[in-house]
Amino acid sequence: MNFELTDEQRLLQDSVQRFARDHYDFSAWRARTGRGVGFDRGLWKQMADLGWLSLTAPEEDGGLGGSPVDTMVIMEGVGRALMLEPFVASTVFAPTLLPRLAGSERTELIAAAMAGTAVVTLADAEPDGRFDLAAVSTRAERTAAGFRLTGEKSHALDGAEADWFVVPARTSGEGAEEAGITLFLVARDAPGLAVHAIRAMDHRRNASLSLDGVEVSAGAVIGEVGQGFGLARHAVDLAIVARLAEAVGAMEAAYEQTLQHLKTRKQFGQAIGSFQALQHRAVDMAIACEEARSMTYLATIAVSSSDPARRQTIAAAKARVGQTSLYVARQAVQLHGGMGFSDELAIGHYLKRLVMIDLAFGNAAEHRRQFAAARAA
Amino acid sequence: MLFDRTLMDLDLDPADRAFRDEVRAFFTENTPDAFKARVRAGMRLEPHEFVAWQKLLHARGWGAPSWPKEYGGTGWTPTQLYIFESEASLADAPVQYHQGLELIGPIIFTFGNAEQKARYLPRILSSDDWWCQGYSEPNAGSDLASLSTRAVRDGDCYVVDGQKMWTSYAQVANRMFCLVRTDPEGRKQAGISLLLLDIDMPGVSIRPIITMDEIHHTNEVFLDNVRVPAANLIGEEGQGWGYGKVLLDRERGVTAATTMRLRQQLRGARAAAAQARTSQGALLDDPVTADRLAQLEIEVIALEGMVMRTMAEAASGKDSGPRASMIKVRWSELLQEVTEFWVETMGYDAAAFGPIGNGAPTEPWPMMGMLYSRVTSIYGGANEIQRNIIARRALGL
Repeated sequence: MNFELTDEQRLLQDSVQRFARDHYDFSAWRARTGRGVGFDRGLWKQMADLGWLSLTAPEEDGGLGGSPVDTMVIMEGVGRALMLEPFVASTVFAPTLLPRLAGSERTELIAAAMAGTAVVTLADAEPDGRFDLAAVSTRAERTAAGFRLTGEKSHALDGAEADWFVVPARTSGEGAEEAGITLFLVARDAPGLAVHAIRAMDHRRNASLSLDGVEVSAGAVIGEVGQGFGLARHAVDLAIVARLAEAVGAMEAAYEQTLQHLKTRKQFGQAIGSFQALQHRAVDMAIACEEARSMTYLATIAVSSSDPARRQTIAAAKARVGQTSLYVARQAVQLHGGMGFSDELAIGHYLKRLVMIDLAFGNAAEHRRQFAAARAA
Repeated sequence: MLFDRTLMDLDLDPADRAFRDEVRAFFTENTPDAFKARVRAGMRLEPHEFVAWQKLLHARGWGAPSWPKEYGGTGWTPTQLYIFESEASLADAPVQYHQGLELIGPIIFTFGNAEQKARYLPRILSSDDWWCQGYSEPNAGSDLASLSTRAVRDGDCYVVDGQKMWTSYAQVANRMFCLVRTDPEGRKQAGISLLLLDIDMPGVSIRPIITMDEIHHTNEVFLDNVRVPAANLIGEEGQGWGYGKVLLDRERGVTAATTMRLRQQLRGARAAAAQARTSQGALLDDPVTADRLAQLEIEVIALEGMVMRTMAEAASGKDSGPRASMIKVRWSELLQEVTEFWVETMGYDAAAFGPIGNGAPTEPWPMMGMLYSRVTSIYGGANEIQRNIIARRALGL
């Protein structure tokens, strides 16, 4: 059993912290979002130059072949600083999915993703499927040159910023069958594709998609025809553990700021942290942070293991981190009093980020259901 | 397997795997079937069963898993301890009774003199002595330092007068370790000493306290002019309060061991839900029931993750801060929730507790386990006291 970071990972952690301090203090963040800027291209380029976007790309494509633990180190910093750049798209979806692209653009696209010049994301859900990754009714009909895609996608993380979408569509089967799903790479400017960009409460810019007879070549297939589900599942599992680390970073920051507030805010002539009701709340927040960090470690280790219980562990972690992180963020607002409710403090923004992380790829209730299903299987 | 670049892992090395196989075989062969149903429900064994179990482990050389080798312990690493406890849990093997082994034993080998070590430690290992803990008093519960049992030096003896309460298993114990006040002046923690008593000393009398699970676990102990040889003082007079602190470092191990047992209660609850019938089929297939069970199982996994981190830190000599106290709080809360869920799944079967009249309960193990679980958030420092301590020591509030 070992939960220690390597020396290299510690250096990476320092680098992320330094970058956050220099470029991502909360007032700068608030000024940018206030101007309507979410994803800052200048900062993104700097992150690419630091090598963060190459960390998990395959070595044969010029990446560093890093592990989910490397991603975890970065994502904790992302959560702590409320970063809005599309890390999950570029360090999870792109390096997991693009290497399986049938066409010859693979190398060029991976290079662009590592350089931060192309954002590739996954359209993981449909309007009638809620969070079920296998509920795909978007159809892919064969054409002379490839396939024609028609259907609706309800969500693509960072979709408003994306240059490319990975779109699951049915080449056979129906309903929520895992077999018969094929993944296609679709350019943002493809004729017939409408990208409906929308801002979430945490200022992230996502999108839903309408595909109306979008023509793609045979080279746009990712993985095998009809067997895209397993690949999408793996990409989403990696994305889940990345976002768990982001949640841990955000909730710990909210907790630390709250603890500081309890020590400095005075009412009735004394620090409010001297009141037992608030002390016990702070302890429960500290316990919640410990649970979330422990679960995130277990899931991060499980995601690339061959453990037969790996899906159970990931579902358990998604459920529990969702619950504990929202508990911490809500109590952080409560313990900050009126100021906790204001836009001016980071506290409310941590809550909004954590609501969105809980939602991502299925909320706590959904993952509790998935956990129960995996236990019964 | 993980990528080469990462060190974080849960895999055991080959030596630990061999150890696991050895431990697994031992528990599979030696755990009496008669223990299993009660152990799974989170109940304690009968005293004579505890003794038999301890003697069996001692014969195997595993009498004191957490003690250093020089005192007859195994000298195991934290990883080995983790393996031992998780395999015991898997086999529905009982825990070892802890008051001699984990409470007074370590105090004796840390602060006792050579004579005390030679006299007492081997008899803890072999279970020839049963130790009970004389700490709480009617007016000293959470505020233990306000205890008032007096010990006055008279020649080569201390004369002890007072009353102890919640003294578990005093009725079967032959020895008691006792916090007594040797100096009534000054700071209340400063005048406390740790004395070792024999239960058969004149002036010791015991009155049972029957608890809500209808079991005689615990007692009041009256100390009336009990003459205790001064040689039975541990360490120095007036320093008794501080000796308890050695236990804080050891608490990680005890807490981890008990937490590993939650899997047993979960297994029992799941089996009960699978067995319970409704007009629609098995209760386990009811979505509301399945969802509640999933929630409990998920929370147990999170807690086990905390235990694993704590054990890994212990193995590399790192401080775990307040995590052991946090685990104790969460373990007791979860034990209560899991056993409550179990009893709920039983429907009307949960109404069958015992025979008509005052006869002892027959085999209502889940109900008794559920009732017993209420004390786990009270003993060893109520959860509210644990939160006070964490807030003060770790959070700086």
